Amino acid sequence: MSSTTEKTGGPEPDSSVPGRSAPSVTAVPVRYPERWLAAGVVLVLAAMFVHMLFTNDAFNWPFMVDHMFSDPVVRGVWVTISATVLSMLIGILLGIVLAVMRLSGNPVLIAVSWLYTWFFRGVPRLVLAVLFGNLAILYTTIELGLPFDNYWMPWLGLEGDARFFEIDTRTVLSGYVAGLMALSLSEGAYMAEIIRAGLQSVDKGQSEAAQALGMSRGKVLRRITLPQAMRVVIPPTGNETIAMLKDTALLAYVPVTIELFYQLQAVGARTYQIFPMLVAACLWYLAITSVLMVGQYFIERRFNPGRDGGLRNRIVGGAH
Amino acid sequence: MSEQSGDTAVESPEGAVPPTDALVVAEDVRKSFGRLEVLKGIDLQVRRGEVMCVIGPSGSGKSTFLRCVNHLEKLTGGRLWVNGELMGYRERRGRLYELREKEIAAQRSDIGMVFQRFNLFPHLTALGNVMEAPVQVKRQSKAVAAAKAMELLERVGLPDKAGAYPEQLSGGQQQRVAIARALAMEPSLMLFDEPTSALDPELVGEVLDVMRDLAAGGMTMMVVTHEMGFAREVGDSLVFMDDGVVVESGAPDEVLSNPRHERTRAFLSKVL
Repeated sequence: MSSTTEKTGGPEPDSSVPGRSAPSVTAVPVRYPERWLAAGVVLVLAAMFVHMLFTNDAFNWPFMVDHMFSDPVVRGVWVTISATVLSMLIGILLGIVLAVMRLSGNPVLIAVSWLYTWFFRGVPRLVLAVLFGNLAILYTTIELGLPFDNYWMPWLGLEGDARFFEIDTRTVLSGYVAGLMALSLSEGAYMAEIIRAGLQSVDKGQSEAAQALGMSRGKVLRRITLPQAMRVVIPPTGNETIAMLKDTALLAYVPVTIELFYQLQAVGARTYQIFPMLVAACLWYLAITSVLMVGQYFIERRFNPGRDGGLRNRIVGGAH
Repeated sequence: MSEQSGDTAVESPEGAVPPTDALVVAEDVRKSFGRLEVLKGIDLQVRRGEVMCVIGPSGSGKSTFLRCVNHLEKLTGGRLWVNGELMGYRERRGRLYELREKEIAAQRSDIGMVFQRFNLFPHLTALGNVMEAPVQVKRQSKAVAAAKAMELLERVGLPDKAGAYPEQLSGGQQQRVAIARALAMEPSLMLFDEPTSALDPELVGEVLDVMRDLAAGGMTMMVVTHEMGFAREVGDSLVFMDDGVVVESGAPDEVLSNPRHERTRAFLSKVL
């Protein structure tokens, strides 16, 4: 494509201009002494920091290395990864539902979706995590039955209740499940906004063309609009995944005892080696997010909307 | 032939029967966007096998009318039948009931539409674009749909582009794929909304050629266009619209050479 543009458009370097083959410029470049000064200061500070890392005994590196790969900690790493994957999956599904509700045109669905997003984006995740951890206070048991039976059953003159199934909240809502709910429900709100932006980025002509072919609204969404929204949706979803991995540390406050940060802190508290274990936490999270960032790099390269000028060519009709 | 059917308020007992057996019957079709009335009562008929070209200045409502035919726009007044079916509504005892979305989709599947901006699905290949509706709507097997799609791509002269994505095709090629995509549903009516207006001049011919073949094959077509040559040569009838009304209609030669109305004359003097 670009070869066409070069041939027809862009001015070629004009060889008739005198001086084109003039001697090359050998001027003295401008010096920036203040930059070198700043760089020197930074280097000295960096050296001081590294020196501190090796000389301050509070780091206790041998202890940290001994303990950051212990079995409970490694299991905690897996819990962290599984919580990230699960809460992102649930969050994305929820986000799709909420985004479709938001764009549905039904005032009730729009309002519910808006309220949901408002609530879960407005309350800090840490607060949500603790809140869900204490949900057993609100409901000691979870029951399945017909709604408002305590009102209408007596009114109809019926005895008993219309509840078919009952289970102790603490059995279902283990710390892990409660934490997962907090993270995934909150993620749903963010994903809803991302997916809504993606859906709205797809040209209206696409759904019109699909409708004109006789496709139902659901088919248009699944086959035409969503796949195209993906290009816009996937890069920010990568960011969300990385953010989510870090936010799993909040599970420690639900509390989820098998989780990575909780385990590291537990070791620290038990042995009075708090700081080395906090450094271990930093290193673990850095390691995993680094892996995710590499994955994100490749995914973004694959889905970048500007990739080989796709959009431009489509609009111009890209003759070649 | 488009005739002004006048003030025929349909009072048949069922109320759902078009007054003639023409493929498209529009009666007093009106469309407003908010307070802006874009269509101010369009009456016309398209016979089976007829090629009707619709011309007029931009903003005259011709594209809106075309979009009313397959119910991409809801009418705000009047009635519109395609193939004997009232588009978008069911009429019983003088009352209109909106059709369910599935029923509207079924009505649309019998009407092909070609857009000014092609609107090919960029995430599907040319073949995928043509196969999509037969597989998804008519539930044809992929093998059957693919074979049919290849036939259609051959018919529009693009058998070697089956695996190409829209962004790899020229505008003219994209529009020909879009025509094949619409034909894949075996529609009884084809709507063309300024199909060559977004094309580089040298690519217009290849699209018009395909449309000419289609007309020769007996397809009923409504073509909103600025190509007066095409209208004169291929069209059976010509409708001139301005300001939301049909100003003049008749045989293309008649209208183009001997316009009766001042507005038609003024418009033609600018475009011819």
